[in-house]
Amino acid sequence: MWLTQPFNERSTQLFLGVLLAAMTLVTLLHLVVPAGHPLHVNAYTVNLFGKYLSYALLAVAVDLVWGYLGILSLGHGAFFALGGYAMGMYLMRQIGDRGVYGHPELPDFMVFLNWESLPWYWQGFDMAWFAFIMVLLAPGALALVFGFLAFRSRVTGVYLSIITQALTFALMLAFFRNEMGFGGNNGLTDFRDILGYNLRSDATRLGLFLATGVALAVGYVVCRAIVGSKLGRVCVATRDAEARTRFIGYRVERFQLFVFVVSAMLAGLAGALYVPQVGIINPSEFSPIFSIEIVLWVALGGRATLYGAVIGAILVNYAKTVFTGVMPDAWLFALGAMFVLVTVFLPKGVAGLLAYRFKRRRNDADAQEVTP
Amino acid sequence: MSLIKSLSQRDRVFDFMAPAESPVDVRHGPILYMEDVTVSFDGFKAINDLSLTVDDGELRCIIGPNGAGKTTMMDIITGKTRPDQGQVWFGTRHNLLTMNEPEIATLGIGRKFQKPTVFEALSVFENLELAMTADKRVLPTLFARLDGPARERIDEVLEMTGLAEQRRRPAGVLSHGQKQWLEIGMLLMQRPRLLLVDEPVAGMTEQEMERTAELLTGLAGKQSVVVVEHDMGFVRSIARKVTVLHQGSVLAEGSMDEVQNDPRVIEVYLGESEEAA
Amino acid sequence: MRNFPWPWPTLAEAGRCRAQWWARRWLQALLAGLLALLMLILPPAIAHAQDAERDTAALELLEALDVDSFPAKGEAIDAIVASEDDRARYWLQSLLDGRLQRADDGRFVVVLDNTGRDWPVEDALNGEALGEMSRRELDRIGINNALRNQLRSAIAVVDLYAADLELRRASAERLLGEVDSELAEPIAAVIDEEADSRVRQRLTLALAIHRLEQGEVEAVETLQGSLHSRVRVALNRAASSDDPLLAAAAQEAVNSIEQNLRINRGLETLYFGLSLGSVLVLAAIGLAITFGVMGVINMAHGELIMLGAYTTWAMQQLLPGQPGLALILAIPAGFMVAALAGIAIERGVIQFLKGRPLETLLATFGISLILQQLVRTAISPQNRTVVTPEWMSGSLVVNDALSLTLNRMYVLGFTLVVFAALMLIMRRTRLGLEVRAVTQNRAMARSMGIRATRVDIMTFALGSGVAGLAGVALSQLTNVGPNLGQNYIIDSFMVVVFGGVGNLWGTLVAGLSLGVINQILEPWAGAVLAKIIVLVFIILFIQKRPRGLFPQKGRAAEG
Repeated sequence: MWLTQPFNERSTQLFLGVLLAAMTLVTLLHLVVPAGHPLHVNAYTVNLFGKYLSYALLAVAVDLVWGYLGILSLGHGAFFALGGYAMGMYLMRQIGDRGVYGHPELPDFMVFLNWESLPWYWQGFDMAWFAFIMVLLAPGALALVFGFLAFRSRVTGVYLSIITQALTFALMLAFFRNEMGFGGNNGLTDFRDILGYNLRSDATRLGLFLATGVALAVGYVVCRAIVGSKLGRVCVATRDAEARTRFIGYRVERFQLFVFVVSAMLAGLAGALYVPQVGIINPSEFSPIFSIEIVLWVALGGRATLYGAVIGAILVNYAKTVFTGVMPDAWLFALGAMFVLVTVFLPKGVAGLLAYRFKRRRNDADAQEVTP
Repeated sequence: MSLIKSLSQRDRVFDFMAPAESPVDVRHGPILYMEDVTVSFDGFKAINDLSLTVDDGELRCIIGPNGAGKTTMMDIITGKTRPDQGQVWFGTRHNLLTMNEPEIATLGIGRKFQKPTVFEALSVFENLELAMTADKRVLPTLFARLDGPARERIDEVLEMTGLAEQRRRPAGVLSHGQKQWLEIGMLLMQRPRLLLVDEPVAGMTEQEMERTAELLTGLAGKQSVVVVEHDMGFVRSIARKVTVLHQGSVLAEGSMDEVQNDPRVIEVYLGESEEAA
Repeated sequence: MRNFPWPWPTLAEAGRCRAQWWARRWLQALLAGLLALLMLILPPAIAHAQDAERDTAALELLEALDVDSFPAKGEAIDAIVASEDDRARYWLQSLLDGRLQRADDGRFVVVLDNTGRDWPVEDALNGEALGEMSRRELDRIGINNALRNQLRSAIAVVDLYAADLELRRASAERLLGEVDSELAEPIAAVIDEEADSRVRQRLTLALAIHRLEQGEVEAVETLQGSLHSRVRVALNRAASSDDPLLAAAAQEAVNSIEQNLRINRGLETLYFGLSLGSVLVLAAIGLAITFGVMGVINMAHGELIMLGAYTTWAMQQLLPGQPGLALILAIPAGFMVAALAGIAIERGVIQFLKGRPLETLLATFGISLILQQLVRTAISPQNRTVVTPEWMSGSLVVNDALSLTLNRMYVLGFTLVVFAALMLIMRRTRLGLEVRAVTQNRAMARSMGIRATRVDIMTFALGSGVAGLAGVALSQLTNVGPNLGQNYIIDSFMVVVFGGVGNLWGTLVAGLSLGVINQILEPWAGAVLAKIIVLVFIILFIQKRPRGLFPQKGRAAEG
């Protein structure tokens, strides 16, 4: 079958192996090693790792379009945030009458704004299955409409980057408005439980971490399968010579649209897993800076490798955690410097360095991973 | 009389019922028909009232000084550029002006660019695989698998273009001449009814040029070929009929000898020759 | 040295006759001192004698206020106005503010500060500070609302006689809609003597409003065409009066005023739109050069704008007290600072990323983060205040409904000058020619002896310098802070893309029209929604016309 194809690849086997090992290790260190022991991983750290993994999934989604399709999306944060909001709406509805105002149906911020009833687009989010579908559908639909218009008129390259940035910027402004019904500035927060499990309990946190790991694995395999298919090769062809690809009979815009929508859905999934772990979703996730930062993760890890995106996301975010803890002022300097240094000195990222070390063992068959 | 016939023909065979293999209707005329085509960029007329017909199975060479509109003409035929006015028909049934590049390509017009463009990050084999005639919609492409006959065809073309040993290498590392061959190979994989070949022998050795001439003349008959070329020696070696473009329209047409003795052609080329040299 | 007129003897002389000299010196000084003392005391003494009479009269005027009956106080106020005493306004204002009080010793005083327990006071007659007095020693002269109105009008009338033109104008302005029968007479008397046409016009209107309130239909004629809100209020009130003739005339006048107002409001929107547009153009025009002409994506462009703004701030810090001069000097300085920063960015990063636009975008974004943080660390994360020089503040009053703020007008003019200068550079100079040559065919240009690298640097410096100029201008309109540039970068790119890349005219038209569109939408949709609508509009527009309003055509554009 098409989806099992990636399991034959060594790089996928290695990636899944490492991921599984890491997840097992964290679980064991959390559950088996007693608290107080230096090797014990506390719930906070598990939660942090879970956040990293959702970022990693987001980075994989960006790498799919940037690495293989050559579309530098500066608006993937929007898809991530939309997925997050869909999940946030479900979690809001789960609060029920336990809010500050104790209204049985309306979230606190709506009561505060003197709203009478739930807006139509909040209907159905009390049901988990509906919310989880919307997690994929909402970003997918946005990507479909936006991508359809953009690719049909052959907006590519820098232009596309700029208008994706404008898209997420416009959405940020929109979500900041109270009238939108998404909590305005404060966003959605004060969640209590998910599928009946208390979000503040250690067990739920571990569960979310593991679920994110599984989602990352699935997302990775799906992307790998796409990339390894003939469609993946059409993508690479489009990236390197779009006009030529048209002249041999491929409707390039449809391929771009397909991959863009898949990527947006994965980003939405990542957002949905992110929100219950950090306990809040607000319009800052739409900010253009966040979207560009995602691209940095991919660039640092190594474009067009997928596993590089995962490495990059975890490295940068780990660095962020460390830096903002020790010297918060220096973080933006470090981030800015990373942008410059990676693009100038490390165009193939960390994965490129790794690949260089194993170059002798590789044969020409892996040629498709060569970036121009 | 023929008009009535074609009308009755249309009644009987709807477009969507036409055989997929050869949708081009050439029974009633040339395979390519251009009439009064004009294109201007910012007031400059790159193509000016150009009319041109290419018969089925013909090998046509198009020559002309720089800026005569040769490449723009190819852009129009392949759907990259839309003319301001005029008509372009493929066979008698397909109005090319209403179609986009992939549709035109699927219809059976293949193009080789002036500068060889191959997919550099993909291997030679994959380049040919992508070019091969197949269902080129999104989902079929996602689930596509190479079957035996397809592999054989690719191998066949690899042999024909002398790239068999390079099959696993990325196209980006090929030499300039090898890229030219790969691009021709990709054209062959498409099995087009009409090949548009822009300067095929630029950067080739004498030997490679001979092989290219052989290949192109071999194709003619089964397929129609339009060659744009600067190299007069090469044109002479393959041409049966030559069209001279000048300032966006046809200056002369005929056999190589006729064209070379045409006083207007001589004037254009002599006038330009000092500059060209 | 010896010839120099030294005021005291040299050391040698001093040794001989020191004591003698000191004594003579002492006498001289004593005499001079006495004389000076006399001079100081005498003239006031004479003046005092003359003033005594005046003060008696004044005291009488004030005494009349200190009665229980309010009507009597009203008459006393009129008397003060009629006295034409130059302290009249001071007294009336103090009375209005409740600060005119009578001390236990019978003196009239004005309380300067009534917050503490003991209040500092001054003499109401001569303004002499009398130290602090206890609350209990003082007795306030009370007034009621009727008196308060009377006082306001009275002050206005007094001001009408003031020598200061600004006072007269302000007073006339205040009188609109405040004229009652009592005031009408003195005002009518003033109008003919008034030299300033503006004051005259205001007073005429004020009188006409009064006459309208009295039911005179003819007054409508005078009021017609005025856009002042008070006039409109009065006419609206008259339109619903019982007198059908008056109501009809007033209604007609109101309608024509409303129409006029709409036009003026439209003009105002246009002005604000153009002003906003000019800011967009200014911010984007540098990008139009670096992105449009050179094809380089500089995400740090906004931070170059920020540097220009901070240069203005720094210049004002260097030249305290001369904000205007500092601002003018900031124009070349801002250009240079941003241009040098631009050159550093080009040499340091962008040149290594030639032909990789997406990587350039990321790297320059990194630079923008660094520059922002640099400003936060080195200067402050807070906004800095840039002073607007006097000649740029205030506004140009076209009519009552339309006044154009001067700073925006300067920025608009500045934008047009910068634009014209850039057009000249690109069209008429050697640099412009070389830039266009390198853009169109780098290899060919180089083979013709153009040093492409140098042209790159110059172009980038030019584009960056213009960003600096934008910063100088922006410092007059918005807060100068580390986020200044970030707020403009997306808008700037939108303008360039909307106008058509590589086309300076397109940038101008796009910027101005986006500004106007935004302003038109704003009252209808709100500021945020207007911005969203504009963004969505551009996104859709680019999809309809990917090459912008004024696309470059031809083979070269296919890239």
